[in-house]
Amino acid sequence: MEIPRHWRLKKQRYGLVGEVCPHCDYKIFPPRDVCPNCGDEAKDLFTFSGKGQVYSFTTIYEAPTGYDSSAPYTVALVKLDEGPIITAQLTDVEGSSVEIGMPVEMVTRKMRDDGDERGILVYSYKFRPSLLVPQAHHPAG
Amino acid sequence: MPNNTLLKPTRPVGIIGYGAYVPRYRIPAREIARVWAGGKAALPVKEKAVPGLDEDVITMSIEAARNALARGQIQPSDLRAIWVGSESHPYAVKPTSTVVAEAIGAVPHVQAGDWEFACKAGTEAMVAAMGFVGSGMADYAMAIGMDTAQGKPGDALEYTAAAGGAAFIIGPAENSLATINCSYSYVTDTPDFWRREYQKYPEHGVRFTGEPAYFQHITSSSKTLMEELGTTAKDYQWAVFHQPNTKFPQRAAQMLGFTPEQIAPGLLVPVIGNTYSGASIIGLTAILDIAKPGDRILLASFGSGAGSDAFDITVTDKISVRAGLATKTQDYIARRIEIDYATYARYRGKITMK
Repeated sequence: MEIPRHWRLKKQRYGLVGEVCPHCDYKIFPPRDVCPNCGDEAKDLFTFSGKGQVYSFTTIYEAPTGYDSSAPYTVALVKLDEGPIITAQLTDVEGSSVEIGMPVEMVTRKMRDDGDERGILVYSYKFRPSLLVPQAHHPAG
Repeated sequence: MPNNTLLKPTRPVGIIGYGAYVPRYRIPAREIARVWAGGKAALPVKEKAVPGLDEDVITMSIEAARNALARGQIQPSDLRAIWVGSESHPYAVKPTSTVVAEAIGAVPHVQAGDWEFACKAGTEAMVAAMGFVGSGMADYAMAIGMDTAQGKPGDALEYTAAAGGAAFIIGPAENSLATINCSYSYVTDTPDFWRREYQKYPEHGVRFTGEPAYFQHITSSSKTLMEELGTTAKDYQWAVFHQPNTKFPQRAAQMLGFTPEQIAPGLLVPVIGNTYSGASIIGLTAILDIAKPGDRILLASFGSGAGSDAFDITVTDKISVRAGLATKTQDYIARRIEIDYATYARYRGKITMK
C-alpha cells in the first residue's frame, strides 16, 4: 500500500491543481516547484480549468496490476487549454469513437483499489468527451 | 398537534445553487425481465441509470457539487458544511464527504459528515443545512443526496435500483434562486425496507412497502405542511415526490390533489429508475431547470424505516441566469448508452471473481 503517496498527490489528482510560475506565468502540471520554462522557483497553486483536447491516444487491453478490472480502457495525452500535456485515462467513451483533437473535460473518477477490497480507494482525474457547453439563458424582455 | 411543527429558521434561507448527476449507462427493465422472468414481468420503469466501473457515490457527488457551485457563484471556501446522504457510501468507515470537500476545494475550514436514512438521507441533510444557515452559524452549507442503489439479482428492486442524485447549496434567502419557506418531517418506526450490516443487498416487506410506509408518510408530511401553511395543491406550480417506481408518486400526487401536469417535469423515475437518496431531489433539479420566478414547489421525500420530509419552496428571479450555468438534468438523462444484462452485471460487481 502507498498511503503517503496517495495522500500527498490528492490535490493534483482530485482537482487538477498545479502551479503557475510567478516569473513567466507558465502553467505547470504536475506541480514541481521549479518552472520548466524559466528555471525559477514556482510554488503558487493554480487550478486548471479541466478543459483540453486529445493530443494522442491508445487503448490498453493488457492492463498493469490494479487496473486489470477496468480493461480495456483508453489512455490519452491531453493538451490542456492552459498549455501542459498530461497523460490520463479517458472515461465515458465506450460506444463512441475517440479522435485526435476531440474536446475533453476533466472529471474525478475512481482509479483503482490500493491493493485489494480492504485497501483505500484511489480517486483521480480522468477526461471525458466535453458535454454540451451550458448556455446561460436570460430573462425574456 | 404541538405548536411549531413546521421547521422554519428565524433567518430566511434558500437554495443558492443546485446540481444533478446521472451516469450515462441505461439498462431497460425489459432486459432484466428477459433474464429473470422470461420477459413476462410487469415493468415498474422503462429503464434505469447504471454507474460506470469508475463511478461511485463519491465521484457522482463531486460532479453534482461542482454543478451546484457553478450555479451558486460562490467560492468553495465559503462552504461551512458538506453533508452527503446515501445508502451506498463507498466506505463503511471513512467519510464520503471529506473526499468531496477536498475535491471541490472546500477544505479545511468546513464541517463534513455522511448521512443515512434509506432514501431520504439527502433531504435530511437539507433540513440540517437549513438549520445551520438559518441559525446564523454559517452562511453556506452543501447537502447532497446520491446513491448507487443495490438490488438483489432477480428481485423486484433490481428493476428500479439506480444511480444518480443531486447537490444543493443552502444559503441566505436574499442570495437564493429559490427560497425554502419551511419544511416539515413526519417519522415513525416502520419496518418496510432494510439492509443489515455486512449484507450486500437489502430486504423489503413486499406489499407492506406501500400503504403503511410510502403512502402514509409521504401524504402525511405533505398534508400537514399544506394544512399548517393554509395552502392546497392549487397553490403550487410544481410538485415532486419520492419516486421508487412510476405508479407510487403518481398515486400520491392524486391523493393530495395534484394534477399529472404538476408532477410531470420532476417525474424522472421512468427513465432513470429509483435513485434512492437522490430520487426526489433530482426531480427538484429538473423542475428548477425549467421553473420561472414566482413558481411555488412542493417537495416531499420518503425514506424507508420510515419518514418523509416535505418542503415549501418559492423560485426567485435569480433562477433566470443561474439555471443555465451548469449542465441541466435532462441533458444528463439524454446522454444515454444502453447496456445488456451481462455488461450491467460486470459494472455492478455482480460477477464473483474469487
